[in-house]
Amino acid sequence: MNLTIFLLALFDGISYAALVFIVALGLTLIFGVMRILNVAHGSLYAIGAYATVSLTGFFLALGFSPVLAFPLMLVSAVLVGVLLGGPIEWLLLRRIYDKPEVLQLLVTFAVFMILEDVQRLVWGTQPYFQASALQALGNVTLFGVTYTVYQLILLPLVAVGLLVGLRFFLRQTVIGKLILATTEDREAAQSIGIDADRVFLFTFVVGAVLAGLGGALASPTTSILPGMGADMIVLSFAVVATAGLGQIGGAAVAALMIGLGRSFAVYVWPEVAVLVPYLIMVLVLLVRPEGLFGSPVARKI
Amino acid sequence: MSDISRHSTQGGAVKSTGMPSLRALLTLVAVLLLAAVPFIAPSMQLLINLALAKGIAVLGVTVLLRAGQVSFGHALFFGISAYAGAFLMASLPTADLALVLIAGVIGAALSGLLVGLFVVRYRGIFFGMLNLAFSMIFWSILEKFYHVTGGADGIRLPRPTVLGMALERPGFEAVIFYLSIALMLVLGWFTLRWFTSPVGQVFQTIKTNETRLEYLGLSPRRVLLSGYLLSAVLCGVGGSLMAMTQGVVTPEYVWWVRSAEMVFIAVLGGAGSVRGAFIGALIYEIVRVYASAYAGDIWQMLLGGFLLVIILFAPGGIMGIADGLMRRGARPPSTPNPEDTR
Repeated sequence: MNLTIFLLALFDGISYAALVFIVALGLTLIFGVMRILNVAHGSLYAIGAYATVSLTGFFLALGFSPVLAFPLMLVSAVLVGVLLGGPIEWLLLRRIYDKPEVLQLLVTFAVFMILEDVQRLVWGTQPYFQASALQALGNVTLFGVTYTVYQLILLPLVAVGLLVGLRFFLRQTVIGKLILATTEDREAAQSIGIDADRVFLFTFVVGAVLAGLGGALASPTTSILPGMGADMIVLSFAVVATAGLGQIGGAAVAALMIGLGRSFAVYVWPEVAVLVPYLIMVLVLLVRPEGLFGSPVARKI
Repeated sequence: MSDISRHSTQGGAVKSTGMPSLRALLTLVAVLLLAAVPFIAPSMQLLINLALAKGIAVLGVTVLLRAGQVSFGHALFFGISAYAGAFLMASLPTADLALVLIAGVIGAALSGLLVGLFVVRYRGIFFGMLNLAFSMIFWSILEKFYHVTGGADGIRLPRPTVLGMALERPGFEAVIFYLSIALMLVLGWFTLRWFTSPVGQVFQTIKTNETRLEYLGLSPRRVLLSGYLLSAVLCGVGGSLMAMTQGVVTPEYVWWVRSAEMVFIAVLGGAGSVRGAFIGALIYEIVRVYASAYAGDIWQMLLGGFLLVIILFAPGGIMGIADGLMRRGARPPSTPNPEDTR
């Protein structure tokens, strides 16, 4: 392995890790606050990608500049969060917070099945490709390796921005503190007048927006296919489980580990590249069952 | 899981008078009807055969539901068993049907032990999702190593001989059909017995109170592992039967949609009910065949929607509804339900 290939693998890994992290961030935020693992998160990611491709294609056909692709990504992500995430929480999840964990898992899984078909009905089964955002930013050459600015600079910047932004939001703003209080003890929070229902709805919408944003940002770098949602939910679960469920900072580290592991495997042993994230997860969980940054839960007797 | 499998039917242990005999009678009639299918409705034979194979696999998922666990990846064992049979036939073309079945079950049991040793450390979300991850791993291996596994096209599984005899297609199909019915009865009976056996009783305690189990000096992991092995073997039997019926195995056997289907059927039939697994599988397959002409594109959507309706409004599934109807006929509805207090 020479330096060029090493750098290529490194850049691949970083840009991939950034994407996975954004999706995993939403998953782990929802879990941390609501104690629900949203299996439909993968579908929200895929729909975010589809929506971006359609919207961008529509506006470019009208003759707008390709730079418009960037605000359209945000628009798609917010649409996904508000139009899909909102009703899911409001109509379904709200009824099952006191139900057993496995039942909650089944409900979000049912939503996942429904949304997978919704994608196929709306966008069909043919692959979509829309890379105008990628081309709009051009390339950068670093140590003799040419890479797209979009993947090497923009994606990691967005990921780090979201990580720092979310930490600041949760710790320094009033709404963030309300969320933390509700996470800590829902009943106590309600007794001092916090509307826990609204906090949950808001958290779920934010998580769903992050899933949609992940899909929107991924759309220029890959072709959009049915089944990408199923892959992403398993992958982002692997990241979240490796980090420890609900660990926001840990998810960034786990995403980097998994992203780099996968991209180096692509150059060294391509057949097993898809397996690497799961191997990393299994290895970590064998040693630390609660994840790298998770703490063992005290048992209730 | 208190909601979803509370109505689970418990073999002969149902306390209300009159119901066990009615239930046994209905079961007998249903089995006789099934056995008569090749004579009264030959066109349905293949369909029913696939439903039975699926039903045996669903029984595996049902077993885990009794411990309050749900696995989104049990198609893994379904597929491993099918591929084990196909590889055996490829390397040993004269292999017997029994040998194919045994190879499949051994494959499922070994992989069940390996995966089981890892996943029994977890409950709930992790248990379900780790199973899903393992099935996705095996699926990508099947797709990527296409020079060995045939990739997305899969590999053919030629008709094995039956007790040394090479049968023609109709004869072989009849053998598989009655073998499936026999296995359904034997495995269904065994599972019911297993639920009432000491280890089966302890296994179901994982759902209600695992800590007490530990206070008894028992290892919940070991108990869960024994149930997990049983469920993997059941899925393996189902996978082998399915593969021999269809004559070809593809990565689709392991795809998460297949696992989801199993969970769906288990919940539809009545989570935790042995009979429900087969009734659910039969209804599911028949509806699927006739509905796919009209609703092929939105099939998963319908499944998901129906799953939500069952979970939210009829957590006992078909068997729960049937029990309710029978109970209403047997005694006044105001009598407290003895099953709820257990």
